[in-house]
Amino acid sequence: MSEVEEQLPVSPQDGGRGECVEESSDRGAAVGAAEPPPPSAGSPVTEESAAEDTKKKIDMLLKAVGDTPIMKTKKWAVERTRTIQGLIDFIKKFLKLVASEQLFIYVNQSFAPSPDQEVGTLYECFGSDGKLVLHYCKSQAWG
Amino acid sequence: MTDDKDVLRDVWFGRIPTCFTLYQDEITEREAEPYYLLLPRISYLTLVTDKVKKHFQKVMRQEDVTEIWFEYEGTPLKWHFPIGLLFDLHASNTALPWNITVHFKNFPEKDLLHCPSKDVIEAHFMACVKEADALKHKSQVINEMQKKDHKQLWMGLQNDKFDQFWAINRKLMEYPPEDSGFRYIPFRIYQVTTERPFIQKLFRPVAANGQLNTLGDLLKEVCPSAVTPEVDGEKKNQVMVHGIEPLLETPVQWLSEHMSYPDNFLHISIIPQPTD
Repeated sequence: MSEVEEQLPVSPQDGGRGECVEESSDRGAAVGAAEPPPPSAGSPVTEESAAEDTKKKIDMLLKAVGDTPIMKTKKWAVERTRTIQGLIDFIKKFLKLVASEQLFIYVNQSFAPSPDQEVGTLYECFGSDGKLVLHYCKSQAWG
Repeated sequence: MTDDKDVLRDVWFGRIPTCFTLYQDEITEREAEPYYLLLPRISYLTLVTDKVKKHFQKVMRQEDVTEIWFEYEGTPLKWHFPIGLLFDLHASNTALPWNITVHFKNFPEKDLLHCPSKDVIEAHFMACVKEADALKHKSQVINEMQKKDHKQLWMGLQNDKFDQFWAINRKLMEYPPEDSGFRYIPFRIYQVTTERPFIQKLFRPVAANGQLNTLGDLLKEVCPSAVTPEVDGEKKNQVMVHGIEPLLETPVQWLSEHMSYPDNFLHISIIPQPTD
């Protein structure tokens, strides 16, 4: 998707740990993160990531539904322990939605994971081709 | 396999005698008596505690009555976890009744989700059922159902109607005759000893060699620390589902069909073995 690599103008939500959500470049370089960049070239998330399971970030594709504003960057690298609520807060900030506006996130265009669910778990159960595809929407899209 | 219907009833009608006490720092106009209730294990705290809220509201000033939340021995209780899971995880091996503290002030935003209405519980419940069916049948069964079937599942749970619920839920428990079970088993494993919310992974009911996978196989694969014996061979953990410790030889497919909560997940608690 996007090849842009500049750092995002979003402030980290939990100071100290660095950026929680960042653009995923297809060369797998971590931007502004404390951990060493993964050495892989070409494919960002492959079998080798299974070894360092919890440390690594997962690749995520964020797609807008309906009249919800799209994000220019669709592909992101996100910490496994990030919760759905954390992701919702990030997207709302990114899209400059006001706090009172709702944002729903869906897996498989079917169910809304609970806000305290970790994206790493969703990735393991519902990821495909090395990434987790999530749809986001300002209104309830799927029952 | 399907002759074990009694288990479904036993699971459905499981109750926990509970004593609700108002937190000492809540402001009341009169003394607040404790309130006793039999809580259905399979339901949700905020779905079955209208009477508790009414009871304590009576002795409080209107302006002090905000969103109700519950706590047990310092742990805020997540309403979006089924009641039986909360008990197994936090209160197993303690004396009954279960003593739950009722709060209105200082909602713990970090620990609990808000529950402004029953619709929120319904949405959470249906999302879990859908997630479970995504694992079991690639969502095919739940997607073939009509809106009214979804509603019937929810109404069955909300109104404690076993037959109403199971008339629909049995379809979610079916699998093609040529298979030996679901595609994957919807399960979540909880431990109080970790910060992680729960373990959930892809796990098939049948092993590559055609043998049925057991509860022990599941734990060995996704949570080995739960079944590792101490040096002296004593087990250090209890593996609880619905207040009992199922044999580790039990096939997970059987457990999934008979001991899942209404949200179609097996909620398994790993708790330290009591030492007395």
